[in-house]
Amino acid sequence: MDNVGMPHEAEVVEKIIESKSIFTLRLRFTDPQVQASYRFLPGQFNMLYLYGAGEVPISVVSDPLDEHIFDHAIRAVGRITNALSRLEQGDRLGVRGPYGRGWPLQEMEANDLVLITGGLGCAPLVSVINYVMRRRELFNRFVIMQGVKHSDDLIWRSRYQEWQQQPDTQVYLAADQAGPGWPWTTGPISALFKQAEFDVARSKAMLCGPEGMMFVAIDELTRRGMPESDIWLSMERNMQCAVGHCGHCQYGPHFVCKQGPVFSYPEVRQLHWVAGF
Amino acid sequence: MSQDTDQTRLDYLDRPQFQSLLDVLQDAGFRCVGPQVSDHAIVFEEISYVGQLPTGMVDRQGPGRYTLKDTGTGRFFYWVSGPQALKPHLFLPREVLWQVDRDDDGKLHFSSACGQPQGVAFIGVRSCDLAALDLLDRHFLQGDYVDSAYQSRRQQIFIIAVNCARSAETCFCHSTGDGPQVRGGGYDLLLSELDEGFIITSGSSKGDEILVRLPLRASTNQQHEQVRQELVSAEQQQRSLPSTDLNEKLMSQLEHPRWDDLQERCLSCGNCTAVCPTCFCHSEIDHPGLNGMTSEHIREWDSCFTSGHSYIHGHVLRDDTRKRYRQWLTHKLATWHDQYQRSGCVGCGRCITWCPVGIDLTEEVAVICGGDAHG
Ligand SMILES: Cc1cc2nc3c(=O)[nH]c(=O)nc-3n(C[C@H](O)[C@H](O)[C@H](O)COP(=O)(O)OP(=O)(O)OC[C@H]3O[C@@H](n4cnc5c(N)ncnc54)[C@H](O)[C@@H]3O)c2cc1C
Ligand code: SF4
Ligand code: SF4
Ligand code: FES
Repeated sequence: MDNVGMPHEAEVVEKIIESKSIFTLRLRFTDPQVQASYRFLPGQFNMLYLYGAGEVPISVVSDPLDEHIFDHAIRAVGRITNALSRLEQGDRLGVRGPYGRGWPLQEMEANDLVLITGGLGCAPLVSVINYVMRRRELFNRFVIMQGVKHSDDLIWRSRYQEWQQQPDTQVYLAADQAGPGWPWTTGPISALFKQAEFDVARSKAMLCGPEGMMFVAIDELTRRGMPESDIWLSMERNMQCAVGHCGHCQYGPHFVCKQGPVFSYPEVRQLHWVAGF
Repeated sequence: MSQDTDQTRLDYLDRPQFQSLLDVLQDAGFRCVGPQVSDHAIVFEEISYVGQLPTGMVDRQGPGRYTLKDTGTGRFFYWVSGPQALKPHLFLPREVLWQVDRDDDGKLHFSSACGQPQGVAFIGVRSCDLAALDLLDRHFLQGDYVDSAYQSRRQQIFIIAVNCARSAETCFCHSTGDGPQVRGGGYDLLLSELDEGFIITSGSSKGDEILVRLPLRASTNQQHEQVRQELVSAEQQQRSLPSTDLNEKLMSQLEHPRWDDLQERCLSCGNCTAVCPTCFCHSEIDHPGLNGMTSEHIREWDSCFTSGHSYIHGHVLRDDTRKRYRQWLTHKLATWHDQYQRSGCVGCGRCITWCPVGIDLTEEVAVICGGDAHG
């Protein structure tokens, strides 16, 4: 039997440089059988293994119906992600996954979707945007709100402009500090809520980003009358095993790698306001 | 034959015959691991003859204190506990999980490092150790993913449990429901020790096979009564944890001033997590070979008392000892209930004994949950 924690070899089919620190790796398992049986949901993640360096948890951002390839958008921030950024087409790495629970997108059909992200473009929600754009008819209004510290931090600027052109889609961006030529809002993410139009009684919210930003957003949403159980968020914790064994991602009653990384807000509310869990 | 023996009950092994148990186990292919004195403490190591057992030794334990004394009795299991249970033998402090070879073209070949380990017979396993083993089983074997390294060793073991004839000062297993008497299953053979010998019973078909090969005779009712009395006296323990589920109580005291007080005493050394028979945290690291063509993926015990444990890029979530001790205690006693349907503490007292500053979790719980906020 396979050792559950052992990666399979994958190959870089294409590498796309998105910005100075962000790159996308398009991957394929070298064993066709492994590739054929690989299935994931937006919000789930893989453990990427770089030879001799180690593993990191990274969300899958491509469409679940792409059977031949899967994509990871990675920000180079430290030891392993920096080393991953040096991979080129044809290079090999190890991949195991997918792990965790993704966004319950099927249950969200026929609702307004409100996506709220903070930080530098949030991979777990990029996959949702791609997913919804391909199945636009399944959902009602689509609201995308993104806050960044500085307007220069926004990547995929052209994609936001493209998304904004889609039917029934609202895109709101806020930068705490904006450089010249910033067509969107300057200020905190809470400033965007006044502009967004959605029906709180028939909406699902999906949040991802720094926890402080998520608090603010949850506050805004509940104040507007959205039931807490309609709010979903993706959490990050240190992850070593991804299978609920190493204890690093333990969060109250959960292991984020297993019961998460996507949670409904009532599942995590108990500890959400306490620092240190 | 005295009248109070029951001839159908062949369950008594004379002390001078104890070596036959080791011989039969070794003959059946097991490596025997049992208690021995090493560095002034009882540890579990390989044994092959009775002379290696800690005959006559008793342990005196207290917060931050452990000493062994030779009482001169002939008993092998009069000591109660040492710094380790079965954990380091099944969930190794460091082990290679898998290896990867890289060929000249940069292709990677992954291979599992789990072998087929030899069977091990553990001699002298306490009731609390069995409870802890059951918790490790729930964690490594009964979730969505099976840990093959743990499983390969777990499947091969033979357990000879022993009822506790006395308790240490730090024990509180009676309050957690995990001892001192072995109840329920989880063992292959069970010993109750008396001065002259052992009452020995089987708890599995593997146990039956060994039992029939031993030179047993019938026990007396008096011997059973003696065992019962010793168990009753072992139940008289100085410490206890509330027998109720502490989940709600502890989780509603996350801002209790006692956590600040703990921050001043606890050294964040992680000894408590190393000796705890149910702590399972580990890290995974990679160790590339010098030839540049292979690399090993290794797991090592880790502790929630280290700063790396809660590191996510750019910051440490538990950046002080207050948060780390709170993390440890609330997980062990509160949220384990959500994850494993019981508390993570089996009342062995090891974390009290081996804490260099003598922090006693039963006392901390009493203050934090008892409303006695003198902290
Ligand atoms: C469920 C999940 C999904 C993620 N998805 C993405 C994604 O799609 N794209 C992306 O760019 N990043 C993602 N991250 C964050 C990414 O895993 C970290 O940036 C990465 O682990 C940093 O590793 P490093 O060695 O480069 O950095 P260092 O700071 O050198 O980290 C050293 C080690 O610490 C641990 N670590 C550090 N930061 C994190 C972190 N945030 N989460 C978990 N472990 C960490 C890892 O074990 C890492 O190897 C995700 C994290 C999680 C938990
Ligand atoms: S918490 Fe302490 S007393 Fe409880 S099982 Fe762990 S080491 Fe033993
Ligand atoms: S409680 Fe004691 S043993 Fe545990 S980390 Fe603190 S000082 Fe070390
Ligand atoms: S990453 Fe190991 S338990 Fe979640």
